[in-house]
Amino acid sequence: MSILVVMEQLGGAWHKMSWEALAAGLRIGKALGRPVWAALAGDATEALEAELASQAVERVLSLRHPLLAEYTPDGYTAALGQLIRRANPFLVVMPHTYQVRDFAPKLAASLERGLISDVIGCRLEQGTPVFVRQLFQGKLNADVVFVGEPPHFVSVQAGAFRADQLAPGAAPAPVERPPVALEASQIRTRPLERFQESKRTVDLSSAELIVAVGRGIKGPENLPLVEKLAQALGAELAASRPVCDSGWLPLERQVGSSGQTVAPKMYLAVGISGAIQHLVGMKGARTVVAINKDASAPIFEIADYGIVGDLFEVVPALTEALQTPE
Amino acid sequence: MKVFVCLKQVPARDSVLKLDEAGQWVRDPDLTHEVNEPDAFALEEALRLKEKHGGEVVVVSAGPARAASAIREALAKGADRGLHVEDQGLARADSFVTARALAAAIRRETFDLVLTGLQSDDLGFGQTGVVLAQLLGVPHATLIMEVQRLENNIQVKRELEAGWFQRLQMPLPALLTIQSGINKVRYATLMGIKKAKTKELKRLTPAELGVDLTPSQAIRRVYPPQKSKQTQLIEGPAKQAAAALIEKLRFEARIL
Repeated sequence: MSILVVMEQLGGAWHKMSWEALAAGLRIGKALGRPVWAALAGDATEALEAELASQAVERVLSLRHPLLAEYTPDGYTAALGQLIRRANPFLVVMPHTYQVRDFAPKLAASLERGLISDVIGCRLEQGTPVFVRQLFQGKLNADVVFVGEPPHFVSVQAGAFRADQLAPGAAPAPVERPPVALEASQIRTRPLERFQESKRTVDLSSAELIVAVGRGIKGPENLPLVEKLAQALGAELAASRPVCDSGWLPLERQVGSSGQTVAPKMYLAVGISGAIQHLVGMKGARTVVAINKDASAPIFEIADYGIVGDLFEVVPALTEALQTPE
Repeated sequence: MKVFVCLKQVPARDSVLKLDEAGQWVRDPDLTHEVNEPDAFALEEALRLKEKHGGEVVVVSAGPARAASAIREALAKGADRGLHVEDQGLARADSFVTARALAAAIRRETFDLVLTGLQSDDLGFGQTGVVLAQLLGVPHATLIMEVQRLENNIQVKRELEAGWFQRLQMPLPALLTIQSGINKVRYATLMGIKKAKTKELKRLTPAELGVDLTPSQAIRRVYPPQKSKQTQLIEGPAKQAAAALIEKLRFEARIL
């Protein structure tokens, strides 16, 4: 039984998390002594097939059908379900992208199986793969195992496995195109155009210093506190999702999986607990500073400097100290 | 429109989490619980759909006895009635088990739409809604930011990654998982709280519904995450801590 990695592509370009899923699959395959197969779905995907075949996989399984040209949960579930029934893998590994979140639980359920989603690590205990995932928004980790018969399903979190160590295989892997039985009537959702809401006027990705504010700020009336600090530092102001959801700051200032990805010299997080959706957007920062009243907030796991305290005291003190000449 | 809303009750956001003796879960009796925040957005969307198109909002939760208070809260905000699939084991059930329990309760009736939050704040699998759609045999879409009723179907706006969106159309009945921030959640009024006491809250058990509670995954161990970085914690009163931090940023990290 193989490890089957399902790669994600959009319009002929790979989703970069696909390579992380492949890295995870190869690592698990090596540990378990199982062959690794890679699958993709789409329509005109010759170039992607060839690129994937150059990796150290045993075979490439390419699901091609005009009805797979555009992603739909019904189309993907049907096509991948057929493949998995036929290939009978031990484990199916996918990147934890928005698209995978949209179809993978359905795919696993259609085969009467569970999915361990958003995995950040994997190790073997007496030959059994144990997957690590986060609970309570990152406050705790859990070791999770499958119960019951394979195939098992996992999706891996962004950044949890390193794609930069992938090496090409000795020889190109054979590319197979298994039959896909799919009819238009099976696809119940009709996808329309993809679009962006509005042009961004704030580009946080090029900011050197960022002061980011989270729900700890309690209300929009308290924002001037962090605005003054940002001004004193010469930093851009950013926010976590709840702050933008509440309309306290515009969406274009949001950092995280649904907002911008930033990599400043310093990221100063004020009243941000550090849910994973936020961390993926800023963990590339060189230095992370966190101010939070909760010492167990996950933001402190990735912070270089931390102050556990009341932001309503610490932030004005910082602003004042910065305004005092050295 | 008849809309079902799935609610989960989870430990309150600012809870101090203590591990149980087996190290397999948190100590439940120590905790206060609240409605899973993403589900509150789903409830609000259902109430708005009812205000616009008429119909009924039914709240359904699969959880232990304490989850009844989450359903009452939803009734106080304006939901018409509640269904509670009650079982102590559902407190930490995996998504597949939870979805089977919800499906068994919903399947007894007809519906136009089922709404769920995008994920729970405790387990965070983000799967229950999608599995539920599969079990109910209806089309679905996730991370929805807008719901529009058309003649014979609905059109929704789905959030994609990195600031992109997509519109989709699908026939009813359907299931949507609602993205947090889609709307502004209302508070229960005193009148609402009073009214909620007279609304129907039906208790069902997995046994009478014939729900298979066999898990597909198991938690072996729960533990605090290992730090990936050595954090220098700066202590002391605010003023001193601030000065010490700036000193470090200037001369150690050389950022300022």
